[in-house]
Amino acid sequence: MSPTTSSPAITASGLRKSFGDKVVLDRVDLSVAEGTVFSLLGPNGAGKTTTVHILSTLMRADGGEARVMGRDPARDPDAVRAVIGVTGQFSAVDGLLTGRENLQLMADLHHLPRAEGRRRAAELLGEFELADAADKRAATYSGGMRRRLDLAMTLVGDPRVIFLDEPTTGLDPRSRRTMWQIVRSLVGRGVTIFLTTQYLDEADELADRIAVLDQGRIVATGTPAELKRRVPGGHVRLQFADDAGLTAAERLLDGAARGDGLSLNVPGDAGIHALRALLTRLDDAGIEAEALSVHTPDLDDVFFALTGRPSTDTGSTDTASTEGVPGASAQTTDTAFDQKESVR
Amino acid sequence: MSTLAFAARDSATMLRRNLRYTVRYPVTIIVSLAVPALLLLLFVGVFGGALGAGLGATPPGGKYIDYVVPGILLMSIGYGASSTTLAVNRDMTEGIISRFRTMAISRSSVLTGHVVAALIRTILSAVLLVGVALLMGYRSSADAGRWLAAAGLIALLTLALSWLAVAIGLAAPNAEGTSGFTLIVQLLPFVSSAFVPTGTMSGPVRWFAHNQPFTPVIDTLRGLLTGTPIGHSAMIAVAWCVGLAVLGYVWAGALFTKGATR
Repeated sequence: MSPTTSSPAITASGLRKSFGDKVVLDRVDLSVAEGTVFSLLGPNGAGKTTTVHILSTLMRADGGEARVMGRDPARDPDAVRAVIGVTGQFSAVDGLLTGRENLQLMADLHHLPRAEGRRRAAELLGEFELADAADKRAATYSGGMRRRLDLAMTLVGDPRVIFLDEPTTGLDPRSRRTMWQIVRSLVGRGVTIFLTTQYLDEADELADRIAVLDQGRIVATGTPAELKRRVPGGHVRLQFADDAGLTAAERLLDGAARGDGLSLNVPGDAGIHALRALLTRLDDAGIEAEALSVHTPDLDDVFFALTGRPSTDTGSTDTASTEGVPGASAQTTDTAFDQKESVR
Repeated sequence: MSTLAFAARDSATMLRRNLRYTVRYPVTIIVSLAVPALLLLLFVGVFGGALGAGLGATPPGGKYIDYVVPGILLMSIGYGASSTTLAVNRDMTEGIISRFRTMAISRSSVLTGHVVAALIRTILSAVLLVGVALLMGYRSSADAGRWLAAAGLIALLTLALSWLAVAIGLAAPNAEGTSGFTLIVQLLPFVSSAFVPTGTMSGPVRWFAHNQPFTPVIDTLRGLLTGTPIGHSAMIAVAWCVGLAVLGYVWAGALFTKGATR
């Protein structure tokens, strides 16, 4: 049951890649257990897309070793291609064909028999809520529909490893949720997912393990919970009915600080034992708290703690997060979806 | 199945995809037919009298239309190549080529599909164009063998230009980037023996027109269809076509393998 005990679906050690004198990947090590979701998290230009390109045979690394289901993308690309599916940042659908024709094209290229291909296409159209638009040209689809079609096309060949390169960048919140549900259902079928994202909540939501990539280096790996634990900022918030309770608790608990209204923030570990101890202390002192909430640091805090910089340039005077993007300008848009790692 | 059978099957799949475009969006074939047909009308109906009189090079008892048809056929091939380069470029910029490159399919099939589709499209519009020319009074002295040879040369030139078109389509960063190629293949016939003999042109233009690839092809086609002297043109024409085809093929293959991923 623990994802770390099964054999790895993807490994990389010492991956290096430069474009000209720009180092994009600097000795990247990765290990992704089979049947899990691994998220490579980082700002624009960190090297996420380059990593995906190398592992999915689109690009050769300058150095280092990689294996996908035990096969070497550099030496035996066709063996890797046979077991992977890739959905990139740009929806790779044929806009002039209908959704159904796009899926049948994939079925033909996977050498499925005709009837089988038709059946598979119909099945995926239903599953991805594209049945109504099945016979419309893909060029007329909305952004969310194109992404769903893109992913459906990736699934025609029943890949065992799926690379999702920023699958929700530029999508509206509802389409994002739909994509997330789809990703979860894929993992349920035993597929391994390699997900890149610049959204911290997305990695938190989907990933079993996260690697934080910053300027071509992995700066941290672990489960979302492990990463959060590495970061100070967790606290328990107590809410009181009146000022007397608040004042008494403030006197009792070291380091507690008043928050909004009648609330008190108690810093420290929010584990079960610590919570029980805290509640016992309050009980013993006869102080009654009205409500309690636990605040673990989110991945934004993690990123800031690990790199000393915020993960996005939103609401910050510091725009350092676009450093290291080959040829990118330091834009300060909050959606950032039109900035891409340009790999030429 | 053997590797070769897989390659053939994947190429057939890609060809079906490309032909589906042609059937669904017939505008590409209409343009590569209508524009040369209009030019044929223009040159025969408007300039034909003056040009034909001034030429003296038309075959004895021949008409200007007999002189100009091979050049018009080449223009049609040029338009066909322009739409091929746009189609390849669209595949590239839409990202679907990246998808194909991460699939275990025959590498050459993507490009072969485009080239074979272009070949079919162009032969079709050439046949239709000859039909239009015949309606307008074009008469050929050629027998079946010579017609076949002419068709072969047209196919060979189409192959050459299509592979070049594929390479340009892969290399260009966007649709605008292909316009240079489009301009060249559409303008080259004007500075060739398509409309007037190169001998009537002045100095450097004459040198260029005489030595550019379209002129020997046109001269050979004209010779095959209306019996004008061919001389060395046939050999030079075939050499140009083979050379350009190999250049385009190697260039396109290198670009595709190297993966100019965006």
